[in-house]
Amino acid sequence: MCDLGLVDFKYSWQIQHDLFNRVKDGSLHGALVICRHNPVITLGRLAKKNNILAKEEELSSMGVPVYQIERGGDVTYHGPGQITAYPIFNLQYIKKDIHYYLRQLEDVIMGMLNEFGVTGTRYRGYTGVWIKPSEAEKVTQENEHSLCKIASIGIAIKNWITFHGLSINIKKFDLAMFNLIRPCGMNIKVTCLEDIAKQDIEMDLIKKILVQKFKENFKIKAIMEQ
Amino acid sequence: MTKVILPELGENILKAIVSYWYFQEGETVQEKDDLVEITTDKSTFNLPSPCSGIVREIFFREGDSVNIGETLAVIEDKE
Repeated sequence: MCDLGLVDFKYSWQIQHDLFNRVKDGSLHGALVICRHNPVITLGRLAKKNNILAKEEELSSMGVPVYQIERGGDVTYHGPGQITAYPIFNLQYIKKDIHYYLRQLEDVIMGMLNEFGVTGTRYRGYTGVWIKPSEAEKVTQENEHSLCKIASIGIAIKNWITFHGLSINIKKFDLAMFNLIRPCGMNIKVTCLEDIAKQDIEMDLIKKILVQKFKENFKIKAIMEQ
Repeated sequence: MTKVILPELGENILKAIVSYWYFQEGETVQEKDDLVEITTDKSTFNLPSPCSGIVREIFFREGDSVNIGETLAVIEDKE
């Protein structure tokens, strides 16, 4: 496990590629990169550029770079108020099934949220983890669109080895940055763990729980910190 | 000629979208080179070339939807 701390996206992207090559050549069984990012917007392979709502000059003056990257999904924002995890896993050792892997990532996120008394939910057809406006409210076909997104997933797979991954909104302070984009190309609301759990949450605790959930869900015996 | 077929990608995944061709018709490809990238749900998936040879025909362009089991391209094997 590599905890990179707060880094520019480009640096973590390079680290992912380095680790991917090591998993591919067999010198590493797998890796899990955990970090937070300085503000950045990334576009997935089939993203529409008009899902970035802010003007280029505005992003430039705010110091928010935009990267076109090789993951699936549309546009997303990453910032220091999120935790991002990039599993570099060889699915030949787990299950060669993209659907299964995406559902496992959702389970990792939902398991982590659950530790804070928060119930995350799936929104069929829309990968990621969502929060019901009121946990007591039953989600029906009619009110599905009122779900708020708390975590996003976007992955890439080569030779059945994964990279890119998931991001979970934890802190309130940079939620407004999502106004720069149409998240995932959809008109949706985003939320964060602190808002739902009604408490301040330490990022170090999140990282610890997240690693534990990865171990449980992917049946990993041990994760060495590097 | 070797067919490049869209393989099973997982449960409930019936089709995918061609998002990027690394090689064009007439170009020489080596076995295991990344040949085509496809996109499904929130994932991109790189399909390697099954053999070395010349890409003779591509049946689906970038942006096209392909069903699992369909032939994406054919490669003329290197003798």
